[in-house]
Amino acid sequence: MESTLESVNQAEAMAEQFSSRAGFEEDTRGGISMAVREAMINAVLHGNGYDPAKSVKLTFEQNGRELIITITDQGKGLDPDEVPDPLAPENLMKQSGRGIFLMRAFMDEVRIRKVDPGTEITLIKRLQNNDLDPQEAST
Amino acid sequence: MSMKASTRQVDGVTIVDLSGRITLGEGSVVLRDTVKDLLGKGQKKILLNLGDVSYIDSSGIGELVSAFTSVRNQGGELKLLHLTKKVHDLLQITKLYTVFDVKDDEAGAITAFGK
Repeated sequence: MESTLESVNQAEAMAEQFSSRAGFEEDTRGGISMAVREAMINAVLHGNGYDPAKSVKLTFEQNGRELIITITDQGKGLDPDEVPDPLAPENLMKQSGRGIFLMRAFMDEVRIRKVDPGTEITLIKRLQNNDLDPQEAST
Repeated sequence: MSMKASTRQVDGVTIVDLSGRITLGEGSVVLRDTVKDLLGKGQKKILLNLGDVSYIDSSGIGELVSAFTSVRNQGGELKLLHLTKKVHDLLQITKLYTVFDVKDDEAGAITAFGK
């Protein structure tokens, strides 16, 4: 995908579609879409810096009762240990720095690793008992 | 859906009725420009009505924080009105709910501004 704001919006819409097809209930789908939006903002803005020469790879995979979403940019690479805690009193009123926190808030698992070049973010959400069965949702 | 902002005056308070999404790009810019414009005109008692705001992302949260700080730094007050459940929950998990002065009732919110 191109390093544009339009890609961020497209990815968010795709997340809604995939999570619906996977059987997640409405509130959970909203959280998944937000996590994908935040990961895409990270990739497009902070990773690729809107550089038209750089792209973002987005994949959705359903593995049993898990939805696995991977977002990879071509930026300089993000070290998750260097991301400040947005809930710390000294960071609470900062304008930015909440993206990864929100991904972690809405997903069951968030993995961030440096690749060459860029950053790969893997978002994982597992179906709960109140969600639909994946086969039921896809029919 | 893009964001729209319209302003009205009630008892010296500027109420900004926002609708749509406050997200990276247009939505955040509309909010930033609206608050900047009001401060430029000396209107420092600002009530942001978020009743029709369906969605806010991290950029939108940042813009709300920035607006709050800008108004406060100029000796004014910014309050939030009519949060939807989604926005309420988002401010709760980011620990900003207690930072902002959040109101459910417009008349009560206007009275709460310092005279």
